[in-house]
Amino acid sequence: MHSKKRDWSWRSRATRGLIYQAVAVAAIAAVVWFLAHNTLENMRVRGIQSGFGFFTQPAGFDIGESAFAFDSSDPYWKAFLVGLSNTLRAAVVGVVLTTILGTLIGIGRLSRNFLVRSLCTGYVELFRNIPVLLQLLMWYFVLNEWLPPVSEALHPLPGIFLSKSGMSFPVPEWEQGHLVTLAGLVVGLAGAWFYRRRAGAAFERTGDARPMVWPALAIAAIGALLGWLVGGAPTALEFPVRNDLNVSGGGAVTPEFLAVTIGLTVYTASFVAEIVRSGIQSVPWGQTEAAGALGLSRGQALKLVLLPQALRVIIPPLTNQYLNLTKNSSLAVAVGYPDLVSISNTTLNQTGRAVECIAVIMAVYLTLSLVTAGLMNWYNARSAIRER
Amino acid sequence: MRTPALKFFAASSLVMGGALFATHAHAGKTLDAIKQRDQVVCGVNTGLAGFSAADSQGNWVGLDVDICKAIAATVLGDAKKVKWVPLNAQQRFTALQSGEVDVLSRNTTFTLTRDASLGLFITAVTYYDGQGFIVAKKSKITSAKQLKNAEVCVQSGTTTEKNLTDYFKSINVKIKPVVFEGFEASVKAFFSGRCQAYTTDASGLASIRNKEAQKPDDYVILPELISKEPLGPMVRRGDDEWYTIVKWTIYALLEAEEYGITQANVDQMKASQDPPVQRILGTSEDTGKLLGLDKEWAFRAVKQVGNYGEIFERNVGPTSALKLPRGLNNLWNKGGLQYAPPIR
Repeated sequence: MHSKKRDWSWRSRATRGLIYQAVAVAAIAAVVWFLAHNTLENMRVRGIQSGFGFFTQPAGFDIGESAFAFDSSDPYWKAFLVGLSNTLRAAVVGVVLTTILGTLIGIGRLSRNFLVRSLCTGYVELFRNIPVLLQLLMWYFVLNEWLPPVSEALHPLPGIFLSKSGMSFPVPEWEQGHLVTLAGLVVGLAGAWFYRRRAGAAFERTGDARPMVWPALAIAAIGALLGWLVGGAPTALEFPVRNDLNVSGGGAVTPEFLAVTIGLTVYTASFVAEIVRSGIQSVPWGQTEAAGALGLSRGQALKLVLLPQALRVIIPPLTNQYLNLTKNSSLAVAVGYPDLVSISNTTLNQTGRAVECIAVIMAVYLTLSLVTAGLMNWYNARSAIRER
Repeated sequence: MRTPALKFFAASSLVMGGALFATHAHAGKTLDAIKQRDQVVCGVNTGLAGFSAADSQGNWVGLDVDICKAIAATVLGDAKKVKWVPLNAQQRFTALQSGEVDVLSRNTTFTLTRDASLGLFITAVTYYDGQGFIVAKKSKITSAKQLKNAEVCVQSGTTTEKNLTDYFKSINVKIKPVVFEGFEASVKAFFSGRCQAYTTDASGLASIRNKEAQKPDDYVILPELISKEPLGPMVRRGDDEWYTIVKWTIYALLEAEEYGITQANVDQMKASQDPPVQRILGTSEDTGKLLGLDKEWAFRAVKQVGNYGEIFERNVGPTSALKLPRGLNNLWNKGGLQYAPPIR
């Protein structure tokens, strides 16, 4: 019989473990406290003002591109938000494009076609072995040298202008009808989800495998289309126009954004390709043969047997690559993209609040990375082996 | 190449490390420390032709550089006893605050915020500058007011961005800044045509047009100067003696020019009977004693580096590569703003 009292002893392993842990925590806390205290004390002694009060003061500088309206008389915290939104824009677009490109190249490396295989191998070896910063600068200067000045903007398609000032393209003008389209899409997505549930349940019950992907996509698309028709089928587009010094109106992306997105995507995709390749190769060949023996087609074997097993190997390292891409987006400042680091640098120089600004950057990247990692872990848990 | 990322990480670690690890008890006065290590540590620009740049032999040259050399001649007797620390715009104040450099002579604009909230002191103005614009000649722009909706390339970490915004707000013209961290990237972007205009201090524009443009004649500097940019060295607060020495070294260079003392004639001038000259060169009163130095402090600065006019001429003046007019930087009695309090 074990009583609580008898378990507690200086000689028990559990107690000693607890003491070691408590000492470690105390040591870490002491170091953190010392650094914080020493910093504040040093700054006070040298007459350096500190604190986050400056956040509510007007920023006093303009930002070249912003997802929402920003004026130089807006406060610093709003400038940081603009920087954060620009960082997120580059990171989200980069993650999506990287996943697509990396998967294609990774599968290409296993192709039976010699040319495709060699090209994909060459791509991986070239882009993963050149520092990402050099690649960003290269893309930026290539874009800037290659494109004409804005006064002679390329006009390859109606409504599209391409120049050193970026790419302008038509965007739909906002109307009530778009809201109905959106509502239709939501209904369609709900319908698609419902269909998949039904089909899945039917498969479990009868073993009759019904198509899962195309009908669901069709249902969502039909929902959106119906909504669009009900909303009066709005087709008005806002076209960019050429002025004396620039092109205005419509949607626009700057060459800085293009360079950052292309550079990060191309670089990270070379790593993702290797992850996808190794993931697929980690599934033993016997699985493919067994799937064939069961009468599954090549496509079915890939979708039902190989990919679900490969994904378990792929997702954890893929998470790392997403995190790397997000963190590497801080290099955007080198090519003039106004990301969080760029805004913070300017703020740091105008206010002299070095510790505060760097602390904000670190906190933001830490949060972004933890959120990304959390989402990917959730997805990883979902695609893990479910034992029945 | 020097990578901006490396510079960024260096900057961040310096910024954080400087505040985190420096202990606040300083090793005596700055002057004692300098004498002990027999070297003045001077923070300069990483490369701005005419102000501070390393030449092909690796020697630092420029107006900001010469000011540090004069300080070294004053306190250590040898203008060569300087350790150069090239700093980018983000690093400069932290490097000075944390004691990594003794003096920051890096084309730094004096502003209230910098003087009052960084724990630093501004000393004396070594160059009166103003912010301007450079555009391509073929754009046919002749005034900054025509830059409506234009994109303007600018380097971050300076007072430039704010001036730009203020100016165009005051004349009610909308422009789009494109902000770069690195000097090289911002200049290259402008010359490749990414922006319709580039903005920085007028002296910087002249330097860039001369050094970076393939054909300098294809570019024009617009007449508008949109800000006051008094540039000069800064020192740490809390050491008033050192602050005074740096300030009066600059004044001595100005006084020397005013009384016609040059690098070439400084030895003969020692025989001068003119009281102000005698006081500057230490042949009558011992002005050095009041500064904690010897009586020949100013003599050595002029002898080894030259007076202010010579420094200006050599680095940025009409006979140098930059060909900047003396303008506001002329002495007060020749139509300029340079006015040193008397040495007496």
